Amino acid sequence: MPLYLNEDQTMLHDSASEFMKSEGPVTHFREFRDKNCKDGFSHGLWKQFGEMGFTGILVGEEDGGLGMGQVEAGIVLEQIGRNLTPSPFLTTSVVGVSALNAGGKPLRDRYMPGILAGKTVLALALEEGAKHRPERIETRAERSGNGFTISGKKQFVVQGGSADTLIVVARTSGSANDADGLTVFAVDKDSAGMTMDAARLVDSAMAAHVTFDNVTVDADAVIGELDQGAEVVKAILRAGRAGSAAEQLGVGGGAMDMTVNYLKERKQFGRYIGEFQALQHRAAHLYSEMEIARAAVLKAAQLLDESAKNADLYVSVAKAKTGRVTNLAVREGVQMHGGMGMTDEFDIGLYMKRDRALNEFLGDANYHANQVALLHGY
Amino acid sequence: MSELDQFRQEIRGWLEENCPPEMRKPVRGDEDMCWGGRDWKFQSDAQRQWLERCAAKGYTVPEWPVEYGGAGLSPAQAKIFRQEMARIKARSPLSSFGIWMLGPALLHFGSHEQKLKYLVPISRGEVRWCQGYSEPGSGSDLVSLQTYGEDKGDHWIVNGQKIWTSYADKADWIFCLVRTDKTNKYQGISFLLFDMASEGVSTKPIKLISGSSPFCETFFDNVKVPKDQIVGEINRGWDVAKYLLGHEREMISGGGLGDGAPSLGAQIVAAIGKNELGQMDDGLLRADLANFDVDALAFRAMAERFVDEMKAGKGHPAQPNMMKYAGTELNKDRHELIMAGFGSDALEWESQASGEGAKARNWLRTKANSIEGGTSEVMLNVIAKRILDLPGA
Repeated sequence: MPLYLNEDQTMLHDSASEFMKSEGPVTHFREFRDKNCKDGFSHGLWKQFGEMGFTGILVGEEDGGLGMGQVEAGIVLEQIGRNLTPSPFLTTSVVGVSALNAGGKPLRDRYMPGILAGKTVLALALEEGAKHRPERIETRAERSGNGFTISGKKQFVVQGGSADTLIVVARTSGSANDADGLTVFAVDKDSAGMTMDAARLVDSAMAAHVTFDNVTVDADAVIGELDQGAEVVKAILRAGRAGSAAEQLGVGGGAMDMTVNYLKERKQFGRYIGEFQALQHRAAHLYSEMEIARAAVLKAAQLLDESAKNADLYVSVAKAKTGRVTNLAVREGVQMHGGMGMTDEFDIGLYMKRDRALNEFLGDANYHANQVALLHGY
Repeated sequence: MSELDQFRQEIRGWLEENCPPEMRKPVRGDEDMCWGGRDWKFQSDAQRQWLERCAAKGYTVPEWPVEYGGAGLSPAQAKIFRQEMARIKARSPLSSFGIWMLGPALLHFGSHEQKLKYLVPISRGEVRWCQGYSEPGSGSDLVSLQTYGEDKGDHWIVNGQKIWTSYADKADWIFCLVRTDKTNKYQGISFLLFDMASEGVSTKPIKLISGSSPFCETFFDNVKVPKDQIVGEINRGWDVAKYLLGHEREMISGGGLGDGAPSLGAQIVAAIGKNELGQMDDGLLRADLANFDVDALAFRAMAERFVDEMKAGKGHPAQPNMMKYAGTELNKDRHELIMAGFGSDALEWESQASGEGAKARNWLRTKANSIEGGTSEVMLNVIAKRILDLPGA
């Protein structure tokens, strides 16, 4: 498979690009931020995502979806990143659907129709500390009657406040840091004993601290097999990491293009600042790095879609590389915009904030560089 | 089975049967490469057999047309060929500036007669070429070159000096940029081909900080060059040169890919040792290596994308400049880390254990990567101008 988009993927790219530009541009993001919307996104736009078919990209054809892959999900995510389009696409249609795809037919029948229609919102309740440590799970689910009782605390539950259902990773046996003994649950929002403390993040997205105080769920809330949740978590992490890298690529690409345009408009000392070699070389270096990150992101997605054995390695390469490069893009972006880069009026600062939040989602660049070392035995 | 799958089986079978076991060992350095040419002495029977067998099938230049010594493979077939070569770790049968640089330019600009005359011997490794571009006063500003060819009717008389001519002392022929019109800077240069054995040609190796001398000064003193030995039109050699520089930059960018091993950290941990957690016993070096491996693997994906896009006519025409910049900078990083990782062992300059200072010499050699074939700074200028379209660049 050549390492560029094929014809169908190019068509999807074009329609996603057109759609985000017209329906979810940065002005749309500002509108929802400025009215202090408690969900942080438009449910109307989410419904349009459904009409476009985006929400069903990773949903299997037998469940009414498009049965496409990580490459296609990445195409949509890149455009979301480029336009800062607020939506629960990453947590619902990528992370949530990947979890459900690892579950049984009854669960998929329960949730997929709402996702396909752009109604249902899912969120991932995984992290228990400020840094990504997917193996460090202390939230416990004890057997009780026909189901389970969940107790524990989760944080950085992005879109948690607006989610209809949380995908919760809990321990059903073993102790914290054990790879085995995890189970993944689908927990609906009205469950008794679950309290949600939503906070607005630096990028204006909403994320919640969630407390589970003896929350009871039925046995059919289990996604996948009891105690074998590590497999489901793996599917969630692969899809979510590759997906967030793709979104971040869009953030970086958008920031770079905006900055290069600014270099062609802004004049100082009677010249366009883009005439100064000091800035030209930095912009050219950034371009080079962005191109490499783009290749890594597509490579990771293709390998995931092929179920290749080095897919995990390339997912970490993509997340680490894009993390570093997009960070470079937004920092150079703000600096090259000068004083205007510090104003709320200019968009570049919004890209910097979004990058910071995405970088932290499912492991930052350091986390994934460390994974690359571990996978190579050092 | 699809046609391509069938092709893969064929290639796999052919390689299994024809690639000698000695030619499946890693290349340790220049001394393991086969450069061919009139005076070439094969280092082993295996090296000779491997070249002859590949040349007979057109596999030294798989994508060139059959009539010019190639195998006429499609881009998809050629990719499979490269993958199967890599799978058995086969060495390249022939290293050649004729293949990497002159060949693509001749295929694009040459006449049918020129292609037959020059490409077929290149494909068989019978003629070794060198490149006469840089001059003492014309490095990054190549177009200011002064070597002059005076028009004498049916031939030119060439006088001047080139520098940094790779392997000029070992080459049979040179492709050379020569000024043929002193009144026009860009449209006053011609792309000439001539025999290094011609009267008036002399070379002098330049000793580098690595101790080796891959480059020469090359002098032309009244060298006679027949008029049919020009590629493209008179005074339009700059077009050929630019096209060819693209290929040179592609070639040099490949250095960033290293020797095919998946991870530098995995190579170095053996030398450093591990701590009780099973991790490299030097946390900061480990972090540098981890970040390097991320960069190297990402660049590997970029190289794959670059080749795929170029073959499909999709890539930006100036993209080779980006690859050259990123690949050479990465390769310099690689060798800095090799020196750091192997510590004092890597400092040895003359000892059997160090392979006569291979690590140190390679490290020093890589410093030229971001200078030769256009400096990193020139590459960034080209990206700024041609890709980002920045004003005044």
